[in-house]
Amino acid sequence: MRVLGIETSCDETGVAVYDTEQGLLAHTLYSQVDLHAQYGGVVPELASRDHVRKLIPLIKQVLAESETNKVDAVAYTAGPGLIGALLVGVSVGRSLAWTWQVPAIGVHHIEGHLLAPMLEEAAPNFPFLALLVSGGHTQLIEVAAWGKYKILGESLDDAAGEAFDKTAKLLGLGYPGGPALAELALRGNPNRFDFPRPMTQRPGLDFSFSGLKTHVLTTWNKQEQQDEQTRADIARAFEDAVIDTLVIKCRRAIKQTKLKTLVIAGGVAANKRLRSSFNEKLNINIYYPRPIFCTDNGAMIAYAGALRLLNNQSEALAFKAYARWSMFD
Amino acid sequence: MKLLAIDTATEACSCALFIDGEIQQRSEIAPRQHTNLILPMADELLKAADLTANQLDGLAFGRGPGSFTGLRIASGVIQGIAFAADIPVAPISCLAALAQAAYIQNSSEKVLAAIDARMDEVYFGSYIVDQQGIMRSHDEERVCKPESIKIPENGQWYGVGSGWATKLGEKLESYDADKYPQAAAIIPLAVTAFKEGNVVSAEQALPVYLRNKVT
Repeated sequence: MRVLGIETSCDETGVAVYDTEQGLLAHTLYSQVDLHAQYGGVVPELASRDHVRKLIPLIKQVLAESETNKVDAVAYTAGPGLIGALLVGVSVGRSLAWTWQVPAIGVHHIEGHLLAPMLEEAAPNFPFLALLVSGGHTQLIEVAAWGKYKILGESLDDAAGEAFDKTAKLLGLGYPGGPALAELALRGNPNRFDFPRPMTQRPGLDFSFSGLKTHVLTTWNKQEQQDEQTRADIARAFEDAVIDTLVIKCRRAIKQTKLKTLVIAGGVAANKRLRSSFNEKLNINIYYPRPIFCTDNGAMIAYAGALRLLNNQSEALAFKAYARWSMFD
Repeated sequence: MKLLAIDTATEACSCALFIDGEIQQRSEIAPRQHTNLILPMADELLKAADLTANQLDGLAFGRGPGSFTGLRIASGVIQGIAFAADIPVAPISCLAALAQAAYIQNSSEKVLAAIDARMDEVYFGSYIVDQQGIMRSHDEERVCKPESIKIPENGQWYGVGSGWATKLGEKLESYDADKYPQAAAIIPLAVTAFKEGNVVSAEQALPVYLRNKVT
């Protein structure tokens, strides 16, 4: 069965075609990052206006690339995310399905991320522990089977990716500065500063990253020499602290759940030092999506939609988008 | 000719089906319910006529001005149908639709259509009926302060739309501020647009917001 997947929950327009027999056939992504850069963050109204301009041309492109004349279902991100942005994908997706007379499938954005590693040839098997680290979320999730998700811990304030972006801004690296900060950290001295690993001294699997950026700011302000090397050294200390914290919490979650497989997904999962740290420090099978499927994309939505289709889920003609939507009971 | 028209630009949600001169409409005043209503309305109309979307010759929608989210719901739904059925679209002004309805209902030949744009502004446009009974834009549609609007002096003008419930209402004796754009009034404008070739493909079926300063 062939599924068209549409993702418009934030500032990327993603479209893909997934076939349950042949795998991923085509995918494309348009990022609005340049549009929002001058505002230092995503402007929801501008994001919505851009999705409505870009979506149909991208759909046309992936259908042509995959030589698809007919799909068996249309899947779209129904939430959580920016409501106006979501509504574009939901409206277009639902009416495509209605006209083609095929099922429409509303997909949970986080479920899409969790299942993204399954698009790879070496795919994980259920059950697994999942660490979702993105600009919007930091969550540890126990995935027992498809549709059986249990949250074990999450960030009480900033998401990991958000902490990267905010810290990058403090260090004058522009928006979105997360990847630039990671780049800078590669040149940093790991032994010059030692930042705290928040909430690791306490039991539990929750995270808190907002204190770290304050720590960055006070450290930076205390420096007499505010040069490029100092900036790199601080970036390194910050990144080490975040990665280390994630490793510590994951180790704890593995011990608690006795799960043998770890999935790391979301935009921060593309971070190279995070990957090497986890591979080095945790003696467990770890699966990551390929870097382009760590950030928001249509492929994960097409895939998650295909699984929902196989499980006989579909939407009524009345359609809905959810700014907030819990995936957990 | 078979046309389907929708409008979700304001508190009203409506869908109309035109088959060779006959119009059927479903309409409700239902703020924030448009996503629940619009496709069931379209489905019901087509089923009653024993048609599917693929048998339509074209589509029309209220392309704005109006609520940004409402415009994108209409645009999104129409883009999806137009692309899937491979049929053209006539994007129709919601202000023109208000004016057209005033002509159909009270034979008003000169209409000042206004929609409340919040932030102490209105979306505004003036329309004069042509010899075929179709409302034509008399000047450019705009978003502006009600105070800045001058009522034209050439003849008898009638006001219609929620914009007249603002300070604008002080400027004219006869108006109806309780009217919303309706799909049924979009139909004659769309039929004309199809005749005149003013149609676009799915990806060009875009909202016209008028208010473009949003940051």
